[in-house]
Amino acid sequence: MGVYEIIFYLFAAVTLVSAVFVVTSRNIVRAAFNLLFTFFGVAGIYVLLGADFVAIVQLIVYVGGILILLIFGVMITNKITEVDIKTGTLHTLPAAIGVGLFTGIVGAVVLNTEWRVVDSEMPESTLTSLGTMLITEYVLIFELLGILLLIALIGAASMARK
Amino acid sequence: MLEISLTHFLVVSSILFCLGIYGVVTRKNAVMVLMGIELILNASNINFIAFARYGNFGLQGQMVALFVIVLAAAEAAIALAIVLNVYKTFVNINVDELDTLRD
Repeated sequence: MGVYEIIFYLFAAVTLVSAVFVVTSRNIVRAAFNLLFTFFGVAGIYVLLGADFVAIVQLIVYVGGILILLIFGVMITNKITEVDIKTGTLHTLPAAIGVGLFTGIVGAVVLNTEWRVVDSEMPESTLTSLGTMLITEYVLIFELLGILLLIALIGAASMARK
Repeated sequence: MLEISLTHFLVVSSILFCLGIYGVVTRKNAVMVLMGIELILNASNINFIAFARYGNFGLQGQMVALFVIVLAAAEAAIALAIVLNVYKTFVNINVDELDTLRD
């Protein structure tokens, strides 16, 4: 068992265990902190797949942006001073059965399919080529996403201020 | 089993996806439903990057993963603004009690 395998199993375990806590913990703040570890684990998996830039973006955007937004949402919509940061669950048993069946089906499909794998060596660094692609091939999508983010921010600010 | 292949990454991402669905379906609090959606988006991103690495698609998969991250950021901002408005109107954000469009 090489270093790559050990690191993969480590990151996969961190991701999945903390994801289980995210969806089962009754305390919202605890779930949010477990989401932090899930995002870190997913970033580690990206690095193992040779996607260094995406891993950094994952850390900056998800951990630094989205998670902070979610925690702000928790803080504003709950009475922190009282002990009211618990959340209930509903339909736990039917959901567990349904999701368990779905997991089994997806897992069986993934395990039984002969994936056509092409051997390619790990890229050195994806930063230069990703940047070049963003301003040549994908420039239209890049600009559209910029406009979309601007619209989303204006919309969110105007909706939250009313 | 010991050699890490495409299947390992796909199994991890499908388990993460199903955990996200479980969170979306069972949680009462709207913010917790959003956390489930983030788990689902992360699982799809792992799939994109794993296929880009093992399927010889170059960097296209990583590019799509970047776009998914941008859309997730926009979605989180809009959804939290909606949640704040719902909280101002109904004083709670439990999705099972919000069954009217206005009070």
